[in-house]
Amino acid sequence: MDDLFFNQDHIMIQDMVREFAESEIMPIARELDEEEKFPTELVKQMGELGLMGINVPEKYGGSGLDMVAYATAVMGLARADASVAITMAAHTSLGTLPILLHGSDEQKKTYLPKLASGEVIGAFGLTEPEAGSDAGSTKTMAVKKGDDYIVNGGKIFITNAGKAGLLSFTSQIKHEDKLLGIGAFVIPTATAGLEIGPKEKKMGWRASDTRQLFFHNMKIPSSAMLGDPTDGFRTFLKTLTSGRISVGALAVGTAQGAYERALQYSTEREAFGRPINNFQSVSFKLADMATDIEASKLLIYHAAWMKDQNKDIVKEAAMAKLFASETAMRVATDAIQIHGGYGYVKEYDVERYFRDAKILEIGEGTSEIQRLIISREILKELQHNAL
Amino acid sequence: MKIAVLIKQVPGSESPLPLNSTQTWVDEPQVTYTMNPPDNYALEEALLIKENVGDGEVVAVSLGPERVKKVIREGLAKGADRGIYLEENSQIETDPLSIARSFASVLQDENFDLILTGLQSDDAGMGQTGVLIGELLGLSTATLAVQTNIQDEQIRVKRELESGWFQWVKLPLPASISIQSGLNTPRYPSLKGIMGAKKKEIRVIPASEHQTAEKTQTIKKVFVPQTTKKTEVIEGNADTAAARILEILKSDVKVL
Repeated sequence: MDDLFFNQDHIMIQDMVREFAESEIMPIARELDEEEKFPTELVKQMGELGLMGINVPEKYGGSGLDMVAYATAVMGLARADASVAITMAAHTSLGTLPILLHGSDEQKKTYLPKLASGEVIGAFGLTEPEAGSDAGSTKTMAVKKGDDYIVNGGKIFITNAGKAGLLSFTSQIKHEDKLLGIGAFVIPTATAGLEIGPKEKKMGWRASDTRQLFFHNMKIPSSAMLGDPTDGFRTFLKTLTSGRISVGALAVGTAQGAYERALQYSTEREAFGRPINNFQSVSFKLADMATDIEASKLLIYHAAWMKDQNKDIVKEAAMAKLFASETAMRVATDAIQIHGGYGYVKEYDVERYFRDAKILEIGEGTSEIQRLIISREILKELQHNAL
Repeated sequence: MKIAVLIKQVPGSESPLPLNSTQTWVDEPQVTYTMNPPDNYALEEALLIKENVGDGEVVAVSLGPERVKKVIREGLAKGADRGIYLEENSQIETDPLSIARSFASVLQDENFDLILTGLQSDDAGMGQTGVLIGELLGLSTATLAVQTNIQDEQIRVKRELESGWFQWVKLPLPASISIQSGLNTPRYPSLKGIMGAKKKEIRVIPASEHQTAEKTQTIKKVFVPQTTKKTEVIEGNADTAAARILEILKSDVKVL
């Protein structure tokens, strides 16, 4: 099915990532999870292979590839280990993309080559204790003072935060007691006044580095601003819809990894004298898993393809993310069920996929938010049609 | 240093391998293919030699149906400079001498300093192509190389022998060397390499220009070995039984 959206490059990228993931990631995935160890060496290797700069144009040292290529790579990594995949995906679609889309020529020239090579890891701070999908409630405040801004506030659940060299973040912007709205900045993480909190202990994605950030009277130059706040924050956020394709692709990979293990186990484990996949209760589960994964993949690749055609993907990206993430959770749950008691112990890996799957229904907009977006979009279409 | 690497496309280790209806080979459409793993090491060795010497050219060469172009492109993505594709008639060629003749006829005009092949292919596993090409082109030849070292117009090769023994041999160039698996760590193609592969040349040699009708081998039948179970009840007194058991342990089980 992949061929529908693939050219020769995509096939080769898929093969390469598969081989890389099987040889380099799979053997250490359990250890990374158990020890909550950030995959520093893998990031370096991914940088050398061009995987940290898939979406960055060649003139800035990137691979200059499209969204379909990116989705393929994320799926391939997540099939082996979701933590490695989210490290790359957060770097690419959150850490790098805002600079790519809204950065000045100067910012692009300064930052993109190092991000594309993986030499510098990128992070993006949007979420706050009272502002997640409701980004309008952002409390972080940047007050203009001369040529600088003084920033106070904080961010939570920031992927790659402890390892990042570069941080983009959103903030309210205030000029002379007047609120201009929400804008974004990009700064080196070595900036004075930026405090990076301890690593969060998580249920899944444990090798990924997630932290809280605090801004204490952090002074940054006006030139650190990303884009123009008067352009409107909505436009800025809209460009981040591709983050949903990102997490959706991660979900497909996670589901695929869990499914393959269940399929394999179902051929090895015998009960009442035959492999358990000879029992309909197991084989029908496998059939449902395979079907849902296939459907998820189609939704993700289709949304990615639409993005590559510069089409509006608000609805499609939300649908793809919603379906793929709920599929991953369902598939991982059934993968444990097929393993029985062994599924509950770490030796068989499916419990890791299960723990890694849950966040997919939360991060980059919860399932509830996706349904909200989708319902708004379809009702909007209804209105258009009525007019 | 001008190096040719012969790369074969073979069924992947995880591919299903159903036989075709005539029982002469696997059923092609149902098989998923990959680069022959030993050839991957040969390719890496060629790239390393080129990088060490500092200049030269690595050419990825393959023979087979249209699908084998994929392994040439993979070679180009990993760093080979160009490709040569030898088209094949519909029937898959498995006779090593015919294969070697095809390659030799194309490679001789190119004047390569070095021809590298994997130790053997993971499908037919004949392990002869590199040696036969060396012979047909009058090149010095070595097999089972675990280390290579270019010195002026010569190549030093460490060969793996039996029982943990190794042998260093020095050969004048040009040479045809077959490479033992595991001597290096084959690289992955980078995204830049993959994108760049499209711009590299693959020269196509039509079957009529390299294949001859002459064949020295044909495959009669391919089959999956049948395992059979045979039970022997040993009768007679203890001495007769002991004698028979001893004989079985010696000649059948071969543990004594």
